[in-house]
Amino acid sequence: MRASTISIAASLALVAGAALAQNGPRTFSSGYRFVEMSGEELYHNVCRGCHMIDAKGATGAGSYPSLAANPNLQAAGYPITMVMRGRRGMPPFGDMMNDAQIAAVVNYLRTHFGNSYSDVVTAQDVKEVR
Amino acid sequence: MQDEAAVLRRRDLLSLIGVMAGSAAMYHAMTSLGFASESRYQGPVKLEGDPKGSSVLILGAGLAGMTAALELRKAGYQVQILEFNSRPGGRNWTLRGGDSFTELGGATQTCEFESGLYINPGPWRIPYHHRALLDYCRRLNVALEPFNQLNHNAFLHASRAFGGTPQRIRAVKADFQGQVSELLAKAAQRGKLDEAVTREDREILLQALRSWGALDQNYSYNANLRSSEYRGYATAPGGGLAAMPLPSEPVGLSDILKSGLWRYLQNFANYNFQTTMFQPVGGMDMIGKAFAKELGDIIRYNAKVTKIQQSDRGVTVTYVDTAKPAIVQTATAHWCVCTIPLSILSQIELNVSAPMRAAIEAVPYAGSVKIGLQFKRRFWEEDDAIYGGISYTDLPIRQIAYPNTGYNRSGRGVLLGAYLFDGANSYEFTAMPPAERVARAVELGAALHPQYPDEFENGIAVAWHRVPFTLGCSGDWSEDARKQHYANLCQIDGRIVLAGEHASALPAWQEGAILSALDAITRLHERVVKA
Repeated sequence: MRASTISIAASLALVAGAALAQNGPRTFSSGYRFVEMSGEELYHNVCRGCHMIDAKGATGAGSYPSLAANPNLQAAGYPITMVMRGRRGMPPFGDMMNDAQIAAVVNYLRTHFGNSYSDVVTAQDVKEVR
Repeated sequence: MQDEAAVLRRRDLLSLIGVMAGSAAMYHAMTSLGFASESRYQGPVKLEGDPKGSSVLILGAGLAGMTAALELRKAGYQVQILEFNSRPGGRNWTLRGGDSFTELGGATQTCEFESGLYINPGPWRIPYHHRALLDYCRRLNVALEPFNQLNHNAFLHASRAFGGTPQRIRAVKADFQGQVSELLAKAAQRGKLDEAVTREDREILLQALRSWGALDQNYSYNANLRSSEYRGYATAPGGGLAAMPLPSEPVGLSDILKSGLWRYLQNFANYNFQTTMFQPVGGMDMIGKAFAKELGDIIRYNAKVTKIQQSDRGVTVTYVDTAKPAIVQTATAHWCVCTIPLSILSQIELNVSAPMRAAIEAVPYAGSVKIGLQFKRRFWEEDDAIYGGISYTDLPIRQIAYPNTGYNRSGRGVLLGAYLFDGANSYEFTAMPPAERVARAVELGAALHPQYPDEFENGIAVAWHRVPFTLGCSGDWSEDARKQHYANLCQIDGRIVLAGEHASALPAWQEGAILSALDAITRLHERVVKA
């Protein structure tokens, strides 16, 4: 599975408009799988789409649940399973992220947004759930 | 030869049926004998028998809900629709100048397109074999025009091949086809295909490859005026003294293989994308609007469903007005056709059987992003001679789709600057603020069209996971989930039946929504009439 990061920061200077100048570099995946590796970048480039920048979710005709100060994150197995298999309308990410990526994003969630669980999830923990 | 005789016999039979019983009978006979079975649509649904004053509450004024409403009302039912949005259509939706859209998370975009320009954030093309949708368009007087899926002069682009220069679809297709034909011809001439092809057929095959692949007298694909008739000329034929054309140089097979551009050729072969495809004149939402006009005031807009409860006597649906959520209201009917997307229905209190509940919870919703960009001029036509159709790229925008209307006009134009469906990039674009999605589409698209930075004016981006009325683009059934749950999803459960693209084998297509609604109401009506 070949993947690479395209940095488009270099081309920014060519583009006119004030809104454009605010854009920094951004990671894009080249195939089906995500290339982002850190928990922070995975959250910001993937989870944030639905759970929002503050992890508080959103509500329309239905809702995306808040992950902020969420007691369901206490047992690490729960968010690992959620990310890997999805639930209801939430897509499964087990085929799009490897064990280390799932561990990274779960660790990030469990230590940010008002969550502070000190036990660290490893790739091995994720592998055992697969 | 046996096969041929069998076909002839069937045709003889058909012509006999045609003579004796007329063309409609012939059509049905053809369908049952295995010809002409392009659609499950059987023509306008006939709900015969007395519904005995029964009422039906329909949840959702998308194409599934409005199809159900139209046909059930015609059959004599009392019908009411509850719709979350302030407009009809659901995912059948068009954004024009002046429209505003607030996505989940609160970001509001106001479309700044010039009058007459638009994008369809949801469905945008109709295959010729979507006969149910086409029939409703005809019955509701929705004018159609061609949607160009294949434009030979649009681009295929690989960011790390050919120095990043986009290639014309025409040339890639001709060069790939030509060189594959040459390989096959060589293999055939060397006797390598003798086990698979008879001597007689081999000669025909060679002729066919020469014709199909634009090969020369020696079965080679070369730079000459014959291959240029397929891939285009270095200097096109003209008039007068220096009129003679000059051949262009093909791209080598190895370069095409390594570039990966061959991946995109399937987009022109797939049954769902074959010519003729259509779009409604003026925007896809012309269909939703036509349904709603026909239905009149039976649609209650801005109604957010919060609870669906059935008993052996009927169904009670609790809802709130989206503008005044404190005031709880109810609607009741004998039956309920629910077209609410499963991403939302799975969160609503609903008393159905355990198997249906499990089915409702078994379907994740796909991500998809579309970005419309307005430019000062239609440079893709003026400079690049691209009139409609789609360019494909391996950049994160994946596609650039040109308007299939208003050709050759001067002045502004809107194109679709990105179309992502599933995959990592669709999540990455969804996670950006809307203004950044537009800005990135402009940055990236400049690799195919260097005119972008100078000509860009404004844009609007719809990420379907952020759309409040669906929480996703469409039901993304896995094969396993379908095996386990699909039939349970489609059963009538007491007094409730579900419909929508998620209850069809045509996921994400409007045809699936309509066929699902027709099937659901046919079964429902049978139950009512027999009761």
